[in-house]
Amino acid sequence: MQLSDLIIDDRHQARFKVHRSAFVSDEILALERERVFSKCWLYLGHTSELKKPGDFISRRVGGRPLLYTRDRGNKLHALYNTCPHRGAMVCRERSGNRRAFTCGYHAWTFDEKGSFVGMPGREALPPDATDDGKLDLVHVERMEEFRGFVFVCYDKNAVSLREYLAGAAEYLEYVADQGRDGMEIVVGSQDYCVGANWKLLQENSADGYHGVPTHSTYFDYIRSRDNAQFSTMNSRGWVKNLGNGHAVSESIGLLPWGRPYARWVPGWGEDAKAEVDALNKEIMERLGPERGNVVANGDRNLLIFPNLVVNDVMATTIRTFYPVRPDHMEVSAWCIAPIGESDPSRDRRLRNFVEFLGPAGFATPDDVEMLELCQRGYANAASAPYNDLSRGMLSNVPTKTDELQMRTFWRRWHQLVSNNPALELAGP
Amino acid sequence: MKLSRSDAEDFLIQEAALLDSWKLMEWADLFTEDGEYLVPATDDPEGKAGKSLFLIYDDRHRLGERAKRLLKPTAHAEAPHSRTRHMISNVVTREDDNGAIPVTCNFVVFRSRMEVTNIYPGHAEYLLVRNGDGLRIKSKKAVLDVDALRPHGKISIIL
Repeated sequence: MQLSDLIIDDRHQARFKVHRSAFVSDEILALERERVFSKCWLYLGHTSELKKPGDFISRRVGGRPLLYTRDRGNKLHALYNTCPHRGAMVCRERSGNRRAFTCGYHAWTFDEKGSFVGMPGREALPPDATDDGKLDLVHVERMEEFRGFVFVCYDKNAVSLREYLAGAAEYLEYVADQGRDGMEIVVGSQDYCVGANWKLLQENSADGYHGVPTHSTYFDYIRSRDNAQFSTMNSRGWVKNLGNGHAVSESIGLLPWGRPYARWVPGWGEDAKAEVDALNKEIMERLGPERGNVVANGDRNLLIFPNLVVNDVMATTIRTFYPVRPDHMEVSAWCIAPIGESDPSRDRRLRNFVEFLGPAGFATPDDVEMLELCQRGYANAASAPYNDLSRGMLSNVPTKTDELQMRTFWRRWHQLVSNNPALELAGP
Repeated sequence: MKLSRSDAEDFLIQEAALLDSWKLMEWADLFTEDGEYLVPATDDPEGKAGKSLFLIYDDRHRLGERAKRLLKPTAHAEAPHSRTRHMISNVVTREDDNGAIPVTCNFVVFRSRMEVTNIYPGHAEYLLVRNGDGLRIKSKKAVLDVDALRPHGKISIIL
């Protein structure tokens, strides 16, 4: 199979096919590590996760163990979590606050900026051995922030984060603008895995077409609570190609679930109504009616290439994932919320989040099941070789139940994996 | 009157039997009108509901709907149903606290489906209340001893 043949993008026949070897091949995963995950901007975390100087988080990003720290001057750092001596990870804790990281193996010690501080028996090395940061922890090649969202890139020659985000930046701003006093990640992560190729989760995360067949039991639940009526036909919304492989599926005011700061549902009780109305009013006054309506009443599934999803729906989740094997990914997801929201509002948000989202919600487990069934089905790839993603190719106004968002992802993926910048990213 | 360990244990064994035989509506009926079922995040096991993002934060209505959902053939993650085995041990009961009796236990739940078996170890914190001759669950919090839902991927069963 030639890399150029992995995708059939036939705009005249309105046919878009992805060869299933893209989901099962070790060679393709190796290319993805080299050409996608080592070249693209990847989500590291949010500025709010490190509140005080000395706070740190150890986290794998794109398969690499990193240390994300805030130094005493309040500057953020992304360091490779590996000792310059023999390579051991110098930090084993998930998170905490400290001034120094001491490698457990030979006790080499580094400060929160990664600078070498000391080692036992320093005199056995030449006097200049630690000059110019030669024995410091290595900084990640690039780290940049946009409105609180912190990304890293392992390619020092990459374009700036802002340029990389292209049209997706506007959609991150809609999230950043929700809270009058900014946004924060709520404690409590959702760390799980899926026995399926990582690209299936990017496809699934903005796929309006699967909503009713896969998640009918979730809609049964909100109907039982709120008497909410839901029909895909009048909730189709629209989809946009945001450039560089990013896409969004979006609608405003059409979906049946509650939104914690702006769309009250009966299940929250009458007491909540006044507060939700007040939150809505605050957003409208602060942002103006047009932008306020988008921020407060819009539902968005944002895909940032290659592996970041921001679903701003019945709560707002940030989700990232990485392939351990072609048929296995690790997923981490968080809840982002306005800083300083009231206890009842935060409580509603967290209840609302897990009614649908996450590995024990009323919907995500069924997504996991579907992705794993796809992966199992690809064992037949030799005889049944293609996925079809052609929905909406003939439409001038693609909806959420079409597949433009997936094609946008795959066109960028194909460009990078086949190392062919001439491939067209725009298209139906 | 203090609840004896053996009475508490009998009740928890009965609950486990309902879950393992997929009598999930009968399981939901064990809860009081204001009952709740909680599972904290794997990285914040001491977290407080409403402050920390839990994996499961069910009020009485939602836990009943959870049971109802899992019995539907369209609850895809459990269709066909997995086979589960709930093991309960180290049961401890404490003095009544305003009519609710704190009971803790250790648990291991085995879940097998599509030729894969996953293990959910942890401890559970119950608040039980007396109901005539029997007991009801006012609160059940299942705290997992895993760092992440790997390799499980999900909690589509009831712990």
